[in-house]
Amino acid sequence: MSAVAPARPRLAVFKFASCDGCQLQLLNLEEELLALAERFEVAHFLEASSRVLEGPYDVVLVEGSITTAHDAERIRGIREQAGWLVAIGACATAGGIQHLRNTAAVEDWKREVYPHPEWIEVLETSTPISDHVRVDHEIHGCPVDKHEVLRVLTRSLLGALPDPPRGSVCVECKRRGQVCVTVARGIPCMGPVTRAGCGALCPSLGRDCYACFGPSRDADPAALANRFRELGLSPHDIARRFRGITGGDPVFRDAAQALEDSDG
Amino acid sequence: MSESSGAPQWLERGGLQQLLDELRAREYDVHGPVLRDGAIAFEPVVDTAELASGVHDVQEAGRYRLEPGDGGRTFAVVHGPAALKPFTFAPREPLLQVQMDGPGSSFECEPVLPDTGRVAVLGARPCDLAALAVQDRVFLGDRFPDPHYAARRENLLTIVVNCTRSVSTCFCTSMGTGPEARSAYDLALTEQDDGFVVRARSDAGREILGALALPEAEEAALDRERIDLEACRDGIDRALDTTDLRELLYENLSHARWDDVGERCLGCGNCTMVCPTCFCHDQRDEPELDGKASLRVRQWDSCFDPDHARIHGFDFRARVRDRYRQWLVHKLASWEDQFGTSGCVGCGRCLTWCPVGIDLTEEVAAIRGGGTA
Repeated sequence: MSAVAPARPRLAVFKFASCDGCQLQLLNLEEELLALAERFEVAHFLEASSRVLEGPYDVVLVEGSITTAHDAERIRGIREQAGWLVAIGACATAGGIQHLRNTAAVEDWKREVYPHPEWIEVLETSTPISDHVRVDHEIHGCPVDKHEVLRVLTRSLLGALPDPPRGSVCVECKRRGQVCVTVARGIPCMGPVTRAGCGALCPSLGRDCYACFGPSRDADPAALANRFRELGLSPHDIARRFRGITGGDPVFRDAAQALEDSDG
Repeated sequence: MSESSGAPQWLERGGLQQLLDELRAREYDVHGPVLRDGAIAFEPVVDTAELASGVHDVQEAGRYRLEPGDGGRTFAVVHGPAALKPFTFAPREPLLQVQMDGPGSSFECEPVLPDTGRVAVLGARPCDLAALAVQDRVFLGDRFPDPHYAARRENLLTIVVNCTRSVSTCFCTSMGTGPEARSAYDLALTEQDDGFVVRARSDAGREILGALALPEAEEAALDRERIDLEACRDGIDRALDTTDLRELLYENLSHARWDDVGERCLGCGNCTMVCPTCFCHDQRDEPELDGKASLRVRQWDSCFDPDHARIHGFDFRARVRDRYRQWLVHKLASWEDQFGTSGCVGCGRCLTWCPVGIDLTEEVAAIRGGGTA
């Protein structure tokens, strides 16, 4: 990002394989939307407006994973038009829940699912944006936290780098004064290895975290897996916890693989 | 029980409501232990019926359960995850409001001080009180007292309940912080079957006690109190050997046990969040979209966070092992150099609330043992 941001940067939002939930988080910023549209020229945001302006764009938010050859080509074109490219959400940052197909043969499941598999033109894998082009920043979550999107955009106006939430979900959980579901109720929770950012939403509702923000930095899945075993989960069950929404992240993917291998 | 002024008094079990009413009449927002999500938490209470009842806590490393049965006691649960820390050192609070006309213009900073009103916490434990004393040194004891902490602290009234019951994770006896209150408090209660022995140790406490016009505690009640506290003390079998502990840790910075604990530790930071003396925090600026205002916010941070020791792109505690060592050595050794006291009060929360049950008394014992885990 340039040190001095333009007075009214051009904002674009693009979508790949995804559910639209992350770009909807932008629209969910209801109270800030008008101010946002004042500070940014919304040049391309199909979920919000059919008005489409040509690039280049100063700030580009990209939702979704790359699953087709056409998309792989399209993201390269977007990168060329983008000053600062931000991948938003678990699909764009880790391949999304659709990464699950990476562990199976694509032709097999096409035949299982579709009456006309020959019509389905997809790549073997679902991969994050950063596997294809340079990504300047990633906002994690499924969906992303709308306040974090706003913080990132606001800071970009000041020429400031993002300052994402730090630590594990546990840190947010304790700041909220929540009672740990693992310690007090024996529920296996992914919080200790999951990146902060949701405000410990699930534990605050009395259930376990399922890691939709992906692994925290230096997460140690093996140590948590040992604890899950003590709580009665089989290696297979534990592997499934790691193969969730952000299971495409190498840290969780490798942890799941190791558990499956150990399970024979 | 030294330093308490005036004779100990007797509060009938039913009189606890009177105490609550008296506190509220003096415009205290009273917080007491209530049941919440399988543990207890200090929350606002108006009626003693709201206080946690019918259960007691069973704690061990990595496990906390409430089980039926309170033995007819109001304060049967020793403690929950939170001590007094959130009342004085808020998990998240604004520090400064910055105003400016726009980018490039000059700006003004206004401190944002908390306006909490008077807060009374009923049911704090002697270890919680000891931790408050430690935090007082940390936040107020230097040339630069923290105005946010000071504002909250000034408004806080502590009603400590001496421990007549312990859990397996308690080791206050090793740290000299319990089972009876030793640090400054406003009021202290020792619970018995039919009521409480009450002491005041501050002007505010004496005033409240005076207004209740209670009888003096009878000799039999005081005898029973001595016996109960002694039994509680004897029942605490977990120990942290503090003999030359500072030197022990400084001399063993390369001990193999650090690698061993580094393998088990998740680096999640739970121990630091529940620790009643941990004070690490992070400050961040939250600019408004219009570019004319920004709020500087402080929130609890953990030395287990990978970014905590990152300076100019270099992380000088790159491994989880390094972070655990830093935490333990600071807590039990360099804290003394820094603040003239240990950073540990023996409450045992870091053991209980560690999701994988890492036990600092065991880690220290392993290092003292001289073996390699």
